[in-house]
Amino acid sequence: MQRILSRAGSLQKHSVLKVLLPAGIIISWEIIAIVLNNPFILPRLESVLVVLLNPTVDILGNGNLIDNAVISLERVVAGFFVAAVLAIPLGIGMARSETIHDLFDSVMQLLRPIPPLAWVPLALAWFKIGLVSMVFIIGMGAFFPILLNTLDGVKGVKKTWIEAAEILGARERQILAQVILPGAAPTIWTGMRVGFGIAWMCVVAAEMMPGTNSGIGYLIISSYNWGQVQVIIAGIIVIGLIGIVVDYLFKVVDQRSFRWRELER
Amino acid sequence: MTLSLEHISKQFTKNGQETVDSLTDISVEIHDGEFVCILGPSGCGKTTLLRLIAGLETPTAGKVLIDGTVIDRPNPKLGMIFQDYSLYPWRTVNENITFGLELHGIAKEQRDAVAQNYLALAGLSGFGNSYPYELSGGMRQRVAVVRALAVDPSVLLMDEPFGALDAQTRNRLQLDLLDIWEKTKKTIIFVTHSVDEAVFLADRIVVLTPRPGHICEIIQIDHPHPRDRTSVEFAKVRRYVLDLINQPKCTLQ
Repeated sequence: MQRILSRAGSLQKHSVLKVLLPAGIIISWEIIAIVLNNPFILPRLESVLVVLLNPTVDILGNGNLIDNAVISLERVVAGFFVAAVLAIPLGIGMARSETIHDLFDSVMQLLRPIPPLAWVPLALAWFKIGLVSMVFIIGMGAFFPILLNTLDGVKGVKKTWIEAAEILGARERQILAQVILPGAAPTIWTGMRVGFGIAWMCVVAAEMMPGTNSGIGYLIISSYNWGQVQVIIAGIIVIGLIGIVVDYLFKVVDQRSFRWRELER
Repeated sequence: MTLSLEHISKQFTKNGQETVDSLTDISVEIHDGEFVCILGPSGCGKTTLLRLIAGLETPTAGKVLIDGTVIDRPNPKLGMIFQDYSLYPWRTVNENITFGLELHGIAKEQRDAVAQNYLALAGLSGFGNSYPYELSGGMRQRVAVVRALAVDPSVLLMDEPFGALDAQTRNRLQLDLLDIWEKTKKTIIFVTHSVDEAVFLADRIVVLTPRPGHICEIIQIDHPHPRDRTSVEFAKVRRYVLDLINQPKCTLQ
């Protein structure tokens, strides 16, 4: 009984600690906003809430919060999809074949440290403003985490898993589909989770490119031009919330489907 | 079924140039339904020998023949059981057992029926829908044994299968293996470094020297199974083997 009580107590202590800083930030924000009394620098909390709580109201003729967030998500999904479709097979190939590894490794090492946003001017020069540019930049961001984790995951597939399949009469394709892919899946999934996070950061930045006229990043930059700081903050909060939700979804799938990775040990 | 090893030698290349002899000139004929233990110290190449028979490696010289065909790749007549069980953790016990059948395109209903039989044989009825990580080490190794049996090979190759288990579980599994052996009439080649295990299980013990491994002596044990570890006969054979592996002819390279 004592133990249960103290556990409940510690649980309470944890939740108190967890809300302490956010509450402090919100209170300080409100106080500073009142003292400054300048909505072009720091608007009051209420005016941000008005924007957040009316997500279907058009903002400055740029469309509403939800529509713009959906546009951004669509772009991210497109770029992420292209990155995954390229990175996963390449990663498997590089992990399984020394020839493929040697063929691609040097270029990959060279491209990997380049920040995705460094490609923005090139993307504009090559593909003009539009979806292709966005997909290119987002894809660059998501590609390397997925590639590296796929490589790691495939290399981490136990040799005896593959040999056991060979002994049971598996052909090369069956080994790939039935042993290597499921064996590497948890690590590939981690790569996709990290890749999606980076892709999401890239889309917002990419939408701030000149000439764009939609998306949550565009909404923010255009609100800046109009001095609508409450919309900027609301947009930032939406970006954060979507990031949390997507990451949570990745985590749920991870825990449901790849539970064996932890329990195996 | 006849399995013969003819003058098998195996060299490995270290660092791309230096060659290391792992096995030299191994010749032995294994009879149908026989239980053969390969006994030797760590690093003597006994696992390599098993992998050569399995077709996972190719010998540098000599050949392995099953029913007259040279083995240079995995062969459906040969099943293998690994020390680390090597079960697929994302598959249930049933799905692990029937993996081989699935690879050969056997229909699901038929696979399920086979799974039931082998679960019972392994003493694991009721665990078909469990995952490997929910089972103890001993239970996992039973699953690995019946997974190999499910595709009906003539020979079972076992690479120190009970090495990672505690003594009690190990003894239990040895008895169960003998039971399965009697029921299925498979030929078993069993690698171990435990004299006790070899004397308990084998019809014949192939004793290997330290690296490079070659055959020091082949010991025939005619006592019927199951053997009594506390009997005088058992102690005699055990002592003989223990003496043998310390003699110069079995320790010198």
